Order: sequence, then structure tokens, then C-alpha cells
Amino acid sequence: MKTKILSLALGTAALAFGATAASAATLDDVKNKGFIQCGVSTGVPGFAFTDDSGDWQGFDPAFCRAMAAAVFGDPKAVKFTPTTGKTRFTALASGEVDVLARNTTRTFSRDADLKFTFAAPNYYDGQGFMVRKSIGVDSATALDGATICIQTGTTTELNLADFFRANNMKYEPVPIETNAEAQEKYLANACDVYTTDASGLAATRAAFEAPAEHIILPEIISKEPLAPLVRHGDEQWADIMSWTLYALITAEEKGITAANADEMAASSSDPETKRLLGSEDELGVKLGLDKAWALNAIKAGGNYGEIFAKYIGKDTPVALERGLNALYKEGGLMYSPPFN
Amino acid sequence: MTVASGFADEVQPFRLGMLINDKRYRSYTLQIITIFLFMLAFAWLVNNVVENFARAGRDFSFSYLFQPAAYDINQTLIEYTSRSTHLRAAVVGILNTLLIAFLGCILATVLGVVIGVLRLSKNWLVSRLMTVYIEGFRNVPVLLWILLASTALAASLPSPRQAPVLLGGAFVPTNRGFYVPSPVWGDGSVFLGIVFVASIIGALVFGRWAHARQAATGEILPTFWIKLAIIILPALLLYFILGRPVTLEYPELKGFNFQGGLFVRNSFMALWLALSLYTAAFIAENVRSGIQAISNGQTEAAYSLGLQPSRTMNLVILPQALRIIIPPLISQYLNLTKNSSLAIAVGYMDITGTLGGITLNQTGKEMECLLLVMAFYLIVSLLISLVMNIYNNAMALKER
Repeated sequence: MKTKILSLALGTAALAFGATAASAATLDDVKNKGFIQCGVSTGVPGFAFTDDSGDWQGFDPAFCRAMAAAVFGDPKAVKFTPTTGKTRFTALASGEVDVLARNTTRTFSRDADLKFTFAAPNYYDGQGFMVRKSIGVDSATALDGATICIQTGTTTELNLADFFRANNMKYEPVPIETNAEAQEKYLANACDVYTTDASGLAATRAAFEAPAEHIILPEIISKEPLAPLVRHGDEQWADIMSWTLYALITAEEKGITAANADEMAASSSDPETKRLLGSEDELGVKLGLDKAWALNAIKAGGNYGEIFAKYIGKDTPVALERGLNALYKEGGLMYSPPFN
Repeated sequence: MTVASGFADEVQPFRLGMLINDKRYRSYTLQIITIFLFMLAFAWLVNNVVENFARAGRDFSFSYLFQPAAYDINQTLIEYTSRSTHLRAAVVGILNTLLIAFLGCILATVLGVVIGVLRLSKNWLVSRLMTVYIEGFRNVPVLLWILLASTALAASLPSPRQAPVLLGGAFVPTNRGFYVPSPVWGDGSVFLGIVFVASIIGALVFGRWAHARQAATGEILPTFWIKLAIIILPALLLYFILGRPVTLEYPELKGFNFQGGLFVRNSFMALWLALSLYTAAFIAENVRSGIQAISNGQTEAAYSLGLQPSRTMNLVILPQALRIIIPPLISQYLNLTKNSSLAIAVGYMDITGTLGGITLNQTGKEMECLLLVMAFYLIVSLLISLVMNIYNNAMALKER
């Protein structure tokens, strides 16, 4: 609540006072202050959460750490700002955060109208529904008249309205602000259904006391390509974001891990691996970074596959399959342009 | 400037320094400089907005208001679908804000007056309890009361399928809200409405007549009971003559939820109760201070004339106390209206939730949306002030 009001106020004030005018060279600003300010969610198990010592962990913070390592060589040179579905865009537009890694769906209007630049999706998702097994519903088309908890200020709100209109059904929306609030309402049975991205549902369900009593309905009613994003108008900074993600994906493809990255940099004979890790050519310099940028990014938390497995993979409580998010060679959609 | 010749040697010719040194000009000079600086600062702010908008490549327009909102709202007082425009969504939000503000002000006033009077009670227990209530409510932020009310309602009441159906289906409390029967207006209910309005006017006319009669003859009539009879009896009679045109629709459990009847959502209840209880604590203090400001001599004088305590309160103390109570009461009404913007914490879709929330987020028009929301609160507050000031002037001491 407080952060919401603060960032709304900041955003508006920034427009009025121009105090934090988003300048063209975000990289210079970031280097001057010595860290990357990264917007994450207020807490979704697996994707963004604080550990016992209060540090942010998860799939999204790991990407920010990789970026910090690419820029500074130090994965710790990053500070996190928790944002809600509603405050995130204001926070980014006003310059309060430098990059937003917060399971955000890339859409036309966010790209063209809100003026943000997205990286390639780092998680292909879709909106789903979670219900109690005990209510005996096995399809989203049987949800006529249900009370549905929904995070406000998200694409899910629009998808939900469209889905129910298309199927000529009625529902009672209960708008809520954060995932934690939704969980509380859903568990108190104040809503029959919780809807958000299927990955978020799996993550939330994993935190329940009795996950087996809840099912995620088979219908996926939307495409939700989740991607990190930055402000329009700074190509260099957008490139750093995009290619850091590509570096992590390529690393998985080439079998480069956090453990063997140094060794691969020294001994690999594959030209693209050598270019990526900076032992041949100087790709990083063209981004305004050190030539070891990708090496550092990979060493920060591992390649894309390692990050996925560590925080949301099938051995974690969240237990998500790779599915669409597997490498293209393995039937998924994760495909990086070549490092040439 | 022409100067009378006789004083020519006393009047100095105008010099620039006189703008500061001469008492006659100094205040004008300072005022002009101040207003100039103020306008400069304002122009700087506006210029910054324009420049930053240009730099961000965004335009300043309100055309988005006429595009489809694409989201659904749970509580709508007017027809609304996800295909309606953002403007209509904003109007839905405005009506929801006005509803909570209106009902909140009424409940807060009733509670506040009762509690304020009870705090002055000679009964030790009653006055202490009221003190605890007042200090408890006004010293905790209202947001916490709203959240507490919402959590308490959601956690303590059963889900619709286990909900008890009380009073023969007339009242169903669930953790999503309360279901009560809604009236169904059948044929002939128009006449019922006309008769009811006419009865109220009749009661008012009777009140004036009784007042004039009392002034002329000194006889006191039991006006309250007669007025009540005038208002209720004709409508009741007609209701049975027309064959009960108004029926009640009872809520029934269908599928996930109760259908039919009137659904009072938890978000509304939580916000309404918390805002009213919180503001009532302040109003109670206003009432108490207003009553205590009337000197005890007034009461003694009234008693010595043989007036009963209740009449003393109604005829002597309250009319004077109201003059003191009303101005701070206006502030409390304004506070309640503005505090209703905390609705978003419990998902009540007021103007801050629709125009200043979802619309802002879906369209990215922060500046436009926030300006509109601020303008709305400003206008509503000014209107409340205006109405209450008119009332205050009517109640104020007429000095002749």
C-alpha cells in the first residue's frame, strides 16, 4: 500500500519536477550509482521471494543479478524494489527502477502505448484458474456465477472479462492488490476461484498447507509471454538486458554452467562459445561493457536452465515442467539469436 | 500626476527606491513580486510536465476515456459491462464513492451524536466505555480499521454453501457479503410512492400548523406520533387496497453463490463500518465540546422555568451547541469522503479504484487520470462545504 502510493506519487512528481528525468544513458547512471535498481514483485514463491536473511531470491531476481554481473562483474551490485501489478509501470517510467523483472506480460499496448522495450520472453505462460477439488468443477466453462479473486492492474483482468463474455457467463470479480492477499482470500473461501498466470498458480499452490486439495483447471485462456523490460529510448540499455538473457539461454544450449564457465572460456574450441565468454573477440565492449560480461553473468547464477531448475523446476515445491520453456532443440520456445 | 501647488515642496518626485522605502508602495511592490514568483514557479512546473511528456514521447489527451474499459466491476449502481467506456467506469466509481460517503456521513453522525452525549452521561460505566471507544478509534489509523473489518468479516463468517439462512431467508451472512431481500416493484407501486411523498409533505405542513398553534395558544401536541401516523398510515392502507404491489425477492443458493436479492459486499461493509466508526469518534468529541461549551447557567435557567431535562436539551442546549458543532462537523464529512479513497485496500471499486486504479494502469495515463481524480475530490469536497455552510448559516445566531 505504502509503496504503491509512494511510487505513484513519485511517478507523478517526477513528471512534474523532472527530478529523475529518464536520461538517455541508463548505463552511465547505473555505473555512477554503482548498482542496478531492479523492480520485482512483492512476492511469488519461486519467482521472487525473500530468503531467511532478507535477500531477494528467485527466478526474476536471478536475472537482475546476472545483469548486475554483466555490468559490474558483481552479482551483488543490485538493489530490489518490490512493486505491485499496479505500481510497476509507474516505477519504471519514472526512473525509480532501471529494469523490471517481474513476471510481466509483453503486450502491444505496453510496448507501443506505455513506451517500454521488452526483452525476449524468459517464461512463456498463460492464464489459468485454480479451484478447490471439493467444489467438483473440472472445467473453466463450468464457472458461471463464481466469485473470482484477481490481481488488479494486470492483463489477467482483461482476459477474464473477455473469457466470460465469450462464453456468456457471469462472475463476481474480487479485485486484490498482491499475491499474498489473494492467497488469504482464496484460502478463507472468500472467493471460489483464483486466477493468474498458470506458473503463479502453481507457485502459490506450492505454498499451501494442503496443495493436493486444489486443482488448476485445464483451460489456459491467454498467452502470457513474461519478459523483463526497460524504458523506451535507450537502445544500449535495452540491448544489455536482451543480450544478457540471450547469453544465459545460449549458455544452456552450449552446456556452459556456473561451475564450468571459467574452464570453458579457457579451453573451449567452439567459436561461438569463445566469442560469448570473451576469450575471442570483444562482444561486451560493443555493449559498453567488459569483455567478460557474459562469463560473469553466467557465473552469477548459472545458465537459463540452471536458474529455472533452482527456483521453479520440477525438483522445487513450485514444480513447473519446462514445457514451452525448454530449449528449441528440446521442443520448447527458448531460442537465442547467434552471438556473431 | 498633478500636485496641488501649495504642497509642492513637501511631495518628493517619484524615485525607483520609493518602491521599497516608501510605506505607500512597499506592500504593493512585495505583493507583485510574490505573485510574480508564484506564477514563475507554476509556469516552471507546467513547463516541466510538457517537456518530460515530450521527452517520453507521450501526448496529453483524454481521448482514452471514450475507449472500451475492457474490465469488469463488481459493484455497479448503473448499467456497466466490460464493453463500456473508461468514462462510464469512472462514473461507476464516482457513484460508488458518493454512496460510501453519503451512507458513511449518516452513520457517523448518528453514532457520533449518541456517543458524544453518552460520554457526558452521569453513569460512570457508560461514560468510561465511550471514552475508551473514542480514544481507541481515533488514535489508530483508519486504514488499519478498514483492513481489520475486512479480515474479520472474511474470516469469521461462513462461505455461501455453509451460510445460515436467517429470518426466513431475509438475511444471509457470508464471508463474501450479506444477502438481503430486494423489493420488486409491481403494478401500482407508483401510486404508493406518490402517496408516500404526499404524506411526508402533509406531515411537514402539520408540523408548521402545530408550531403556530402552540405559539398562539400555548398548547403542546404530541407532534412526533401524529407525524409518524400521517407518514405511514395512508401508504400502508393503500398497500393493502392495491393488493400488495410491492413484493420481496429472497436470495437463493444457486451454484457458487446466492442469486437474487440485494448483495451487500464485504468490501462495502468493511469500508462503511470502519469509516463510520472512525469518524464517529471525532464527531462525538465535537458534540461533547459543543454541549460543554454551553454554560451550565443556561441549564439552570431552563430548569428554574420548569422545563424538563429532555426539553431543556432540545430547546435550549442543542440549538446553541449546534452552532459550535457544525463547523468542525463539516471537516469530518470532508475527511470521511476523502478517506473513502482507501477503498482500494479492500477492493471496493470507488473512483480511485476504477479511474485512478485499473484505468490508469491499463492506459498508462497517470497524469490525466490523477488530475481527473483530484478534480473530482476537490469538487465533491467544495460541494459538501457549500451545503454545510448554508446549513451553518441557517443555524447561526441571528444578530439583529
